[in-house]
Amino acid sequence: MTSLPNVAVIGFPGSNGDHDAVHSLNIDVGVDATLVDYRETSLDGFDAVVLPGGFAYGDALRCGAIARFAPIMTPLKQFAKGGGSVLGICNGFQVLTEAHLLPGALLRNKTLRFHCFPCRIGIVSTKSPWLSQCKEGETLTLPVAHGEGAYFVDDQTLATLERNGQVALRYVESGEGEGAAEVNRNGSVAAIAGITNANGNVLGLMPHPERATNQLVGGIDGLRILSSLLDRGKAKSKAS
Amino acid sequence: MTIWRVEAMIMPKDGVNDPQGEAVHGGLKSLEFVGVQNVRVGKIISLSIEAKSEDEAIDQAMHMCDQLLANPVIETYSLTATQPSPAAKGSIA
Repeated sequence: MTSLPNVAVIGFPGSNGDHDAVHSLNIDVGVDATLVDYRETSLDGFDAVVLPGGFAYGDALRCGAIARFAPIMTPLKQFAKGGGSVLGICNGFQVLTEAHLLPGALLRNKTLRFHCFPCRIGIVSTKSPWLSQCKEGETLTLPVAHGEGAYFVDDQTLATLERNGQVALRYVESGEGEGAAEVNRNGSVAAIAGITNANGNVLGLMPHPERATNQLVGGIDGLRILSSLLDRGKAKSKAS
Repeated sequence: MTIWRVEAMIMPKDGVNDPQGEAVHGGLKSLEFVGVQNVRVGKIISLSIEAKSEDEAIDQAMHMCDQLLANPVIETYSLTATQPSPAAKGSIA
């Protein structure tokens, strides 16, 4: 008997992509996803954790700055340090940088506008298990929806990230309409759209794979990332 | 114990893009303030801190900035303490 991987989706006050993520994971990806409240103090029994998009704590002070102190973050840090698979989408990515689980920070888009359009995202490195079903050099079409998506790291850290294969995703084409000719519209350092920690088990990305898992919403390229969760199920059933 | 007013001025680091500063610079140029060479936009957080001395209040604020108020990846901060007003002196019962 195969067992489905159990995925926790963390709901912070102000998250708005949490139910999208649970729905996409359960219905389109076919794993067992559960919404987990930010006040919980355990992640026992989960195979992977997703931090969804939104505006945790209203983005007070800086995006993700207050969410970092939520009770769930203590077991999340242990989970990540123990090699557990953690995915931060959009605001979830911002929370992971503020929690020091990923390097760098996310700044206001250089346009000072909220960006909401589909982007072509290039797979730079498949070091992360989250990208195990992708090939280096292929591109995915995924929507972005952010005001603070400009990834920043200093030059020295960037060199380390590139050397370690931690630069996972890059913008290769941005959106449609006015400004679409510009590849890197939010002004991210090295056009970075997603990075991993040194081990690759923690991935943060600004695009929304959970909003591209059904043709009804315009595309299924998000499955190329999220279906990697099914590999965890296989590994689990082999082990048991 | 005295209540000190400590202001933390938080600024984007040199080399960190500040599109808000650039937009303000553009606005100033439109108003023909042609001498402005550069604009950076940061924020000030005003803290009322109960402490025995100015040094202790500044020290507390420094820890607050290191742990939460500023993000060292993208921001720097500076702190100034101002004289407590007579009304505020020892007013925390």
